[in-house]
Amino acid sequence: MSSKKDPELPAQPKSGFSRRGFIRGVGIGSGVLSTTGLLQQEAAAAPAAVVGPGPVAITLNINGKAVNLTAEPRVTLLDAMRNYLDITGAKRVCDRGTCGACTVLIDGKSVYSCTTLAIDAQGRKIETIEGFPVDNPVSVAFVHNDGQQCGYCTPGFVMAAHGFLREHPNPTEADVEHGLCGNLCRCGTYMGVRKAVVEAGKAMKGAKNA
Amino acid sequence: MPDTANYSWPPMDKRKVIGTSPLRLDGPQKSSGRAKYSSDMNPKDLLFGIYLTSPYAHARVTSIDTSDAERSPGVKAVHVAAKAGTEMQWEGWEIAAVAATTEEQARDAVRKIKIQYEVLPHLVKDDDLAKAGTRARQGGETVTGDPDQALKDAEAVSEGQYNFAVVTHCCLEPHGQVIQWIPGSDPSGADDHINAWPSTQNVPGYAGTLGTDLKVPATNIKVRMDYIGGGFGSKFTPDAWANMGANLSKKAGGRPVKLYLERNTELMIAGNRPSAYGKIQVGGKKDGTITAWTYQGWGSGGFNPTNPPDQPYIFTKVPNSRRVRTAVSVNGGSQRAWRAPGNQAASFLTCCAIEDFAHKIGKDPLEVFKINAPYAARTGATETYLYQLDKAAELAEWKQLWHPRGEGSSGTVKRGMGIGVGAWNGLGHASQCRTVINPDGSVSIEIDSQDLGTGTKTIITQVGAETLGLPMNQVKLVIGRNDLPPDGGSGGSTTVGGVSTSTRKSSVNALNKLFAVVAPDLGTTADQLEAVDAHIRVKGNPNKSVTWVAACRKLPNAISEMGTYNGRQQDTDGLATGGAAGAQIADVSVDTETGIVKMNRYVAVQDCGMVINPRLAESQVYGAIIMGISTALYEERVMDQQTGKMLNPDMEFYKLAGIADIGNIIVHMDIRPENDKRGVIGLGEPPAIPICAAVANAVANAIGVRVPYVPLTPDRILTALEGRNG
Repeated sequence: MSSKKDPELPAQPKSGFSRRGFIRGVGIGSGVLSTTGLLQQEAAAAPAAVVGPGPVAITLNINGKAVNLTAEPRVTLLDAMRNYLDITGAKRVCDRGTCGACTVLIDGKSVYSCTTLAIDAQGRKIETIEGFPVDNPVSVAFVHNDGQQCGYCTPGFVMAAHGFLREHPNPTEADVEHGLCGNLCRCGTYMGVRKAVVEAGKAMKGAKNA
Repeated sequence: MPDTANYSWPPMDKRKVIGTSPLRLDGPQKSSGRAKYSSDMNPKDLLFGIYLTSPYAHARVTSIDTSDAERSPGVKAVHVAAKAGTEMQWEGWEIAAVAATTEEQARDAVRKIKIQYEVLPHLVKDDDLAKAGTRARQGGETVTGDPDQALKDAEAVSEGQYNFAVVTHCCLEPHGQVIQWIPGSDPSGADDHINAWPSTQNVPGYAGTLGTDLKVPATNIKVRMDYIGGGFGSKFTPDAWANMGANLSKKAGGRPVKLYLERNTELMIAGNRPSAYGKIQVGGKKDGTITAWTYQGWGSGGFNPTNPPDQPYIFTKVPNSRRVRTAVSVNGGSQRAWRAPGNQAASFLTCCAIEDFAHKIGKDPLEVFKINAPYAARTGATETYLYQLDKAAELAEWKQLWHPRGEGSSGTVKRGMGIGVGAWNGLGHASQCRTVINPDGSVSIEIDSQDLGTGTKTIITQVGAETLGLPMNQVKLVIGRNDLPPDGGSGGSTTVGGVSTSTRKSSVNALNKLFAVVAPDLGTTADQLEAVDAHIRVKGNPNKSVTWVAACRKLPNAISEMGTYNGRQQDTDGLATGGAAGAQIADVSVDTETGIVKMNRYVAVQDCGMVINPRLAESQVYGAIIMGISTALYEERVMDQQTGKMLNPDMEFYKLAGIADIGNIIVHMDIRPENDKRGVIGLGEPPAIPICAAVANAVANAIGVRVPYVPLTPDRILTALEGRNG
């Protein structure tokens, strides 16, 4: 992947734009804002760490390894992985937190990486499907139960299933319907997915961390 | 030897691999996230492309200025497709695109393109034919027999209007590609080269179309696709985005460009299933025999629409009918083949009308479907439908659970059942395959096809292993590149018939060559040999054998044999044919206070000739039904006539069925010997056809009134219950 080291990336602006400065400027010229007081209070508070809008150094803890990239603060965790780090198991499908194809675990919880900023994921433990062996029990159960067709939604389902099983180690199919309703499939693999997650739960019972 | 070879499938009781259910071969790669789709490709020096598309349903570009975009940081190329003067006929029309070092830079630059439009009048809705004016094009009237007299003579006449919304393909991997156009020194383009990693259903046809468009010889175009994230009929051609991506790459000096549609554009322009509206009268006898059918149908698949489907569906031999069909041109993205194009609408219109006729005469619709089964045109179809309808009824417990329309339970939640039927051809496409047997015993099967997630890789390998008498893991499959023997595009459920036939033939041809080499050592002739359990042995004398590896060691050179299937006709060796049938029954509960429909159970009985892998076949049927439930209850492209815009170009409001929405699905593959002996028939589409019909009929049966519109959303259910016009 070239772009993470591309010399043609714009340099980070020296005179950084800051939200705090912006609020001050608006506050002076705007009666509406100054009467609320809230924004002024915020502006007067201890300075927040300000980054961007140009590219910034970002360090992510992905699958137990620290990885570095330089990207603008608006870059989502999903785009950081796919476009900057060549970590492509998580897919960009709806890009709006609806379909779950981009699911990763952050500090053990299922998260839509398309609606998480990469800068906000710093200092947290990110698990992607690449961090699990090919034969992890959930993926194996998806194969056994043919819970996949085109497979584009599958990594998201597998990650959501891992997150779900950590909290519900021995679910029924009805539990799975509830727990995985944040993921969508277009080929229609739900029959296999339901069975797969129940089977994975049984296989992992007692296992500390799959 | 090939001209006298016997290619026919082994008899059912002799098959070792065909008819068994090995797991999907690429399952571990997919379920572990290791599978690399074309949209996952990040080749060296990749640039990111972003499109600018029309915000208007109908507008002319009066000026376009890309100079600021070109100067924007990181931008390497800007390409304009809709130059000043271009009249754009739908929202989402491709205007220009930018390629930049990062995707963020490309987004910023696209916003700097200065463009002026002349906004023109639009029509985006077609549900009211009276409002279509000059945009409606009548496709003529077809009359069979004397429908007017037959309606007069009929003992009963039912009538209704049935409406079928536009739905999109909503492939999870959007349309697009990574593409690299490396300019050569010859100004004619003769030594230009293109590398393409598309998301396509048509690896074999991609280079030819793209090369013609870009004036680059197809032989200089390399196409590679290992995995595709859904197609459903919408991904057959390179499309405007391949041209755009290639032009951006060329302008950027040959750097590869990743250009995929964003989800909103994907839903607007990358294909849809046309709408269909039908006013239908059915006349017939009190015993259920239909004698007359009239149909006024209209619908639209975009700016250049085709006619809505003909009627009646399947029961085409109804003796008296009048059919008038009208296509309405709207300013919306164009239709594309959508998993059994035309057939779902046709099935919905026909099966709803039959159910309404059954209600009119006070008969069980199962009996009415059966009494009219002789109207099915295909030879043998009548008997198949009679069997399948009874089988589906048995599995759905029709006799115990069905009740006359609206006469179910007295509570607010009403249960109902409904029937739908489908038919599809599914004859294999033209296909060539190569089987290579190496002196070390290794084997490869090489074919320029693609696996859409249907299981094509697995079934090709099964056919090769069966034919060569080897376990599947000793057969290496090479697929998904355009430098292999040409197969066809995966559409029309033609792939399985094509690839299984060509693979069988190439493998029989290769094996016969091997037999000829080892026959003298076994003291016999080639025609007396068979390949079983990784041995070549004398037929009827299993002790006289040699292992596969020992046999191959005798080869002076590798064997490389082709197998060819011409498609489009029943294979002369009986390997593949066309003509599949299915009968389905939906069992739903409808909450009459909220209008919410819940799927209880869904039964599908389906034939597809000889089944190569029952597990994967079943998965295809599950998938078709779940997709169908989604369109029956949730999916609809919602257009706003005021603004000309699609109101739900996202996956929050363009709703797909989720894992909790599907109920229990029971699939019965109709693999009776009379079906098996017909050879291989495609399966991707046939079971996707009857669902809207079956669910709509089940809802009518549950609540006592016809809800005339799919998707059967709560507002439409409640409207119908209140007796208002939908």
